[in-house]
Amino acid sequence: MGVKLLLDKANVPGIRTYEVYRREGGYRSVEKALKEMNPESIVEEVKKSGLRGRGGAGFPTGMKWSFIAKPEGVPRHLVCNADESEPGTFKDRYLMEFIPHLLLEGLIVSSFALGANDTYIYIRGEYAWITDILEEAINEAKANGWLGKNILGTGFECNIHVQRGAGAYICGEETALIESLEGKRGNPRIKPPFPAIQGLWQRPTVVNNVETLAAIVPIINMGGEEYAKIGVGRSTGTKLISACGNINKPGVYEIDMTISVEEFIYSDEYCGGIKGGKQLKACIPGGSSVPILPANLLLKTATGETRYMNYESLSDGGFATGSMLGSGGFIVLDEDQCIVKNTLTLARFYRHESCGQCSPCREGTGWMEKILHKIEHGQGTIADIDLLWDIQRKIEGNTICPLGDAAAWPVAAAIRHFRDEFEWHINNPVLSQTSNFGLQHYADPIHVPA
Amino acid sequence: MTYTFNETQMAELNRLVARYPEGKQKSALLPALHLAQDSFDGWLPTELMDYIASLLKIEPIEVYEVASFYSMFNLKPVGKFIFEVCQTGPCMISGSDDIIAYIQEKLAIKPGETTKDGVFTLKLVECLGACGYAPMMQVGKIFREHLTKEKVDSIITEYRATVTN
Ligand SMILES: Cc1cc2nc3c(=O)[nH]c(=O)nc-3n(C[C@H](O)[C@H](O)[C@H](O)COP(=O)(O)O)c2cc1C
Ligand code: SF4
Ligand code: FES
Repeated sequence: MGVKLLLDKANVPGIRTYEVYRREGGYRSVEKALKEMNPESIVEEVKKSGLRGRGGAGFPTGMKWSFIAKPEGVPRHLVCNADESEPGTFKDRYLMEFIPHLLLEGLIVSSFALGANDTYIYIRGEYAWITDILEEAINEAKANGWLGKNILGTGFECNIHVQRGAGAYICGEETALIESLEGKRGNPRIKPPFPAIQGLWQRPTVVNNVETLAAIVPIINMGGEEYAKIGVGRSTGTKLISACGNINKPGVYEIDMTISVEEFIYSDEYCGGIKGGKQLKACIPGGSSVPILPANLLLKTATGETRYMNYESLSDGGFATGSMLGSGGFIVLDEDQCIVKNTLTLARFYRHESCGQCSPCREGTGWMEKILHKIEHGQGTIADIDLLWDIQRKIEGNTICPLGDAAAWPVAAAIRHFRDEFEWHINNPVLSQTSNFGLQHYADPIHVPA
Repeated sequence: MTYTFNETQMAELNRLVARYPEGKQKSALLPALHLAQDSFDGWLPTELMDYIASLLKIEPIEVYEVASFYSMFNLKPVGKFIFEVCQTGPCMISGSDDIIAYIQEKLAIKPGETTKDGVFTLKLVECLGACGYAPMMQVGKIFREHLTKEKVDSIITEYRATVTN
């Protein structure tokens, strides 16, 4: 059993309620932070912890907090990003649904560290029942003196508000989220200025992921240095992984980042192996936008080293032979899955979610979807593969926000590693409608543990 | 048709507006539109959007441009229950195609259509954050997960019963 810091109490009956959560030691970090520490020392602890943002980009949280501007007389805000819409990702939902007070506890400490009195949780609109759970938890916390004015007699005021989105993946991008929170369309802003200088209502703002903010609780309780001892290298602490696709045990797992990818997929403690005793074909290890890897490059790096479930190891080899830990959305594909079709559904997703502000993204995502649709339906030509490659390359890096890159990478990686499958589709327009390419990529059978 | 919130709905709107600083009431627009859509017929006719604009003291166009951006806001009439079935990668590799085909067959409608009796609308949507519990669909506030054909049958029966009774 690995270390658990966030979900260790998730199975305690009634942990969703304040009473049980408090009895199990909840809200201790608020007492410690408000009474024994000050905002600067909290930021220091977070820096020492090595915590990296759990929303996908992995930016060091302590450093992000230290960038917030503090102009005299201007309120600052903390915004919790609970938009969770990257396909394959459903970890924040789990955390909020089962231990809502852990998030609130992290938010109070973080708000104190940033000097924010009004903190907003922006949650995707479809998580309506979780919004109710959070509202209920906020009422309980308020009734017990953890929210509102003069918390623990320290004079610190903190209010937490939950705002529902309304169906738009782009609102997970932090500046689009801020626009949405202001009651506008979710069009990402041009940066700079960064939110830390001008964010919500032009005030200094920090946007952090749900899991990032929940991790502040163990960091304060155990101290940054102790937290940093868990994990390996720059992948400190624990990470929530939401595993889905063709595995025996889909679900949300908390891992310390020292386990291998192979253990994660095949051990009964985690995914429990491939469903139906089938073979592993490929995996998208960090949410739909990160590069897909064929089984051989997933379990071992290009140089033959064991691949581990952490930031560094998953990205070993760059995009040529590696991928990313991203949001922790771990999507497993078995031997029966078609890479072309899978890539098509993702291209459709990004076309649907593009806000339309930049032409490379707006037009490019539509073209990629159309071309993939052609290939999938037996109408493609070999030149289409090169055209797809060309389009994705022209989107990447040429847009206002990273959604353009997120749309380009899955297409690029699918062609990079599975070009033969695209060619097979094109050369077998009739056969490919009823059967699939299977595991023909692999000259040698893939190693599967006994 | 003109729309007016009743006392409870008005109190809810005021609670939403109070979460934002003075003068930033426009921030309550998304929650206000959810409230409006849920309070009336499940969609947002122009008159209803105009009403929301007047309550939040913003221009009608500010409401239209927002309502048309977000996929949860319906700009056309919909059935009493909307089956929003996820079709993105993780659900697709877990069998959502079969479920979608089955629902189409059972309800005799295509995606985007509503049954003649006005009870069900079928809508295909993108990832709803339930990928590990696929295939899945959202009906109102609830996620229906691990769908099978049998489960779809019983869900349809369940909702139909609420209408005929
Ligand atoms: C298109 C797009 C979608 C995103 N969606 C999310 C999301 O759903 N949740 C999230 O926490 N971060 C998301 N992000 C990342 C945020 O912009 C931001 O980096 C993050 O919330 C910062 O929090 P962290 O540092 O705690 O990870 C998204 C980014 C992009 C470009
Ligand atoms: S990259 Fe796409 S989603 Fe991002 S701002 Fe440009 S058009 Fe909008
Ligand atoms: S892909 Fe269907 S819920 Fe995520």
